Amino acid sequence: MKSSVIIFPGSNCDRDMNVALNKFGFKNQMVWHNDAEIPKSDLIVLPGGFSYGDYLRCGSIAGKSRIIKSVVNFANSGGLVLGICNGFQILTETGLLPGILQQNKYLNFICKNVFVKIKNKENKYFKNINKEVLELHIAHNEGNYFCSKDELKSIEDNGQIAVTYCDDKGNEDEYNNPNGAIKNIAGIFNKDKNILGMMPHPERMIDPFLSGEDGSLFFENLIGNV
Amino acid sequence: MNEVNEQIAIDHGLKIDEYKKICDLLKRTPNITELGVFSAMWNEHCSYKSSRRHLKKLHTKGDQVIQGPGENAGVVDIEDDDAIVFKIESHNHPSFIEPYQGAATGVGGIMRDVFTMGARPIANLNSIHFGSIDHEKTRNLLRGVVKGIGGYGNCIGVPTIAGQTCFDESYNGNILVNAMTLGLVNKNKIFYSKAAGVDKPVIYVGSKTGRDGIHGASMASAIFDDKIEEKKPTVQVGDPFTEKLLLEACLELMGGKSIISIQDMGAAGLTSSSIEMASKGDLGIKIDLTKVPCREENMTPYEIMLSESQERMLIVLEAGKEDEAKKIFDKWNLDFAVIGKTTNSKNIELFFENKKVAEIPIDFLAENAPMYDRKWIKAKLPKENNFSKDDFKSLKLSDCLNKILTDPNIADKEWIWNQYDHTVMGDTIQKPGGNAGVVRVHGTNKAVAAAVDSSATYCHAHPLTGGKQVVCESWRNMISVGAKPIAITNCLNFGNPEKEKNMGEFVECVEGITEASKYLNYPVVSGNVSFYNETKDKGIKPTPSIGGIGLLSDYKKMVTMELKNDGNYLLIIGKTEGHLDQSIFAKNILSNHNGPPPEINLFNEKQNGMSILNLKNKNLIETCHDVSLGGILTAISKMSIKGNKGVKIFPIEGLVNKFEYFFGEDQGRYIIEIKPGNLENVEKILKKDSIHFDKLGIVESDKITYGNDLKISIGDIKEGYKKWLNEYMVN
Repeated sequence: MKSSVIIFPGSNCDRDMNVALNKFGFKNQMVWHNDAEIPKSDLIVLPGGFSYGDYLRCGSIAGKSRIIKSVVNFANSGGLVLGICNGFQILTETGLLPGILQQNKYLNFICKNVFVKIKNKENKYFKNINKEVLELHIAHNEGNYFCSKDELKSIEDNGQIAVTYCDDKGNEDEYNNPNGAIKNIAGIFNKDKNILGMMPHPERMIDPFLSGEDGSLFFENLIGNV
Repeated sequence: MNEVNEQIAIDHGLKIDEYKKICDLLKRTPNITELGVFSAMWNEHCSYKSSRRHLKKLHTKGDQVIQGPGENAGVVDIEDDDAIVFKIESHNHPSFIEPYQGAATGVGGIMRDVFTMGARPIANLNSIHFGSIDHEKTRNLLRGVVKGIGGYGNCIGVPTIAGQTCFDESYNGNILVNAMTLGLVNKNKIFYSKAAGVDKPVIYVGSKTGRDGIHGASMASAIFDDKIEEKKPTVQVGDPFTEKLLLEACLELMGGKSIISIQDMGAAGLTSSSIEMASKGDLGIKIDLTKVPCREENMTPYEIMLSESQERMLIVLEAGKEDEAKKIFDKWNLDFAVIGKTTNSKNIELFFENKKVAEIPIDFLAENAPMYDRKWIKAKLPKENNFSKDDFKSLKLSDCLNKILTDPNIADKEWIWNQYDHTVMGDTIQKPGGNAGVVRVHGTNKAVAAAVDSSATYCHAHPLTGGKQVVCESWRNMISVGAKPIAITNCLNFGNPEKEKNMGEFVECVEGITEASKYLNYPVVSGNVSFYNETKDKGIKPTPSIGGIGLLSDYKKMVTMELKNDGNYLLIIGKTEGHLDQSIFAKNILSNHNGPPPEINLFNEKQNGMSILNLKNKNLIETCHDVSLGGILTAISKMSIKGNKGVKIFPIEGLVNKFEYFFGEDQGRYIIEIKPGNLENVEKILKKDSIHFDKLGIVESDKITYGNDLKISIGDIKEGYKKWLNEYMVN
């Protein structure tokens, strides 16, 4: 299974993602933002970080970079595209995913473990995960997901909500919503479920000595379904 | 225009004598650019003129030391060709004036110092000190500093793994922001700042030069007055995105063989970087300032030389390698300009628009910089308090504990470190909030521990003891996570060195640091001095911050501080005598600020630490936490809160009263958790090593109990301890 991680200037979770993908059996390659073509891949990952300094608006400049055309073509032809954190922001900026990511409700950067509830398992990202609630890790300043009423309705109707913030038992209340995201949304799909954007970092949860191991479940499942 | 005279020299922070010396050395009056260069090189911040003679005494040697003080950062060996590059640096003055940018550029500056040497930064730490919590500026300064540290470090993608936050009214007018970075490098691929060879191209890379930060280093060498707001333009503005690009570009260039020497443009910008490189190589340097990439129009040679614009580097390349190097910086969209060359004149020569605008022999700026033997007075050891029984009569243990756990200097600091990305890079195995932060050495079984400590209260009461204590505290933090202590970096924050008392505090703290680091083989390999932390005649308490690092050869044997299992025993290593003077208890409960700090016994310190490492290597320790501020009961509470487990404390023996026992701050102590099956073995080893220990209690239930005197649930103490800072910040 081949994967490609795109490096934008300012990406900083590219190495972590590379380590995770390799650990779970992907043959990963790093692709520079200024390249025109993406090598043959089964999965493209847009990693976390501060692409182009997140100047103007998070992910906006990366959304216009040279490589993005190939990413869009790949996604539109059904290829798997995963955007984590800044990668999620980039995916909304390109229009591949609906909605936007605003500054966190309490205006602070947040770095901590959170629980998320898997809302839809009929897709390659979560299909065979044997748990309903995962413990993952967030580290962001702009993860407050927002979209219009109509968009929200369409997202819900199409089963596009991937994961929501919750407590360890799966209760999705305001208290367990770290950034103020609408409907506690932590990650969403496109209509066809081949594109996933989410704020939590599964690549930081792949080792019992790190924050935890639920990220391993995510990658093990993913390689099994690609 | 710009005729230089005595008044202009004074306005540049020079003393009349110093100005006369400049004229004597040059045998003429300097022009304004030259005066600017002298003032930048001769200020306290760059020249260490008050501190140099004392810093020479620091203990800086050891088998583990690859590079001691005098380079961009210190370097120590961590086996298998790996080395750690690390340093701590102050950014106090700018952070008080503009907390966000001051703190952010402090972080940026220290990271550059580390990657300049070829190391990839792997961890950031910080030590921040603020005024009284009731002071009107404290909240905003704290908020701004934390945002600044996070804003910079998070963007670069280097985890902030540990730190320290203190509040004391002596910082009301001068906060402290000390930033530390650790980098990892192959010990055969370290880059130094010493230039070598004549006619080698001098390259400028990074951001363009603007008018920000002009005279930053001079500002950091002066006391504050009512007009500090006017100094805002001297604070630099940071751009972490550019720094990230610069980091990647420099490391890419360092993969090849084209660099002779490299130096970041930190304090005093192009001036100090070019002069330091030439001075160390015993060379001259010629720079055409017209070629320096500028962000603003019509910048004068004076402004270009003194700008402290951030994210810039100066490189001496092998001749002929310019194109190869330029390609890399083009790829990362960074400015790259050949601005000069090395010469054998031993002078710095500056040209602008085809005219020579300055020429100064380099040794006038470096070796001939003033050095002072400031007068200082020795501190007396204060008299002991000898508290009487009546002092404790109306006190209850639980009330005291609750009050101490919500003391600003004890209460949980999660509000702060949740704003720092502490997990990026995927190797953080001990997060902030423990004894020390720990990161794995990527791809190996090794890990590096790091912590920052200071104890201004002790240093203020008795600088010599305080200096020793901070080093020991740092050493204990390494031991507590199971790491072998390797070396330290120090950031020496003091008041006005022209005052004998302040100078005495400095001299004696340095003496204390030296004594302890020598005894513990815990050498100082880098650091900086920040004097003039004074506003309108009020100086800060002497605050040496010590950043320590330690090595775990097997990260799986790392020790943490949360209690693990019911039925396990707690032992306290080291003798408890109940020293309350200068403790949190004395200050907070008894409102007493007198007396000597607890004594340091270096022999016991070393023995106790080594015995714990020995027990850890035999897998006999479940948990370890050093006993510091707030004494035994505070330590137990923190361990309980983290592990969500209670402790039944055994009756205490001996003469010490319970308040002295539970809240005394005797040094050299640790609490360890032992499985019942290992207890006999552990006791045997400790007795054999002649280590003093007491059986402290047993892990059980969800309460901390001590006979009928104390019964308090973990939930109750957790509430206050965890919430204090949050509530303070929203109010």
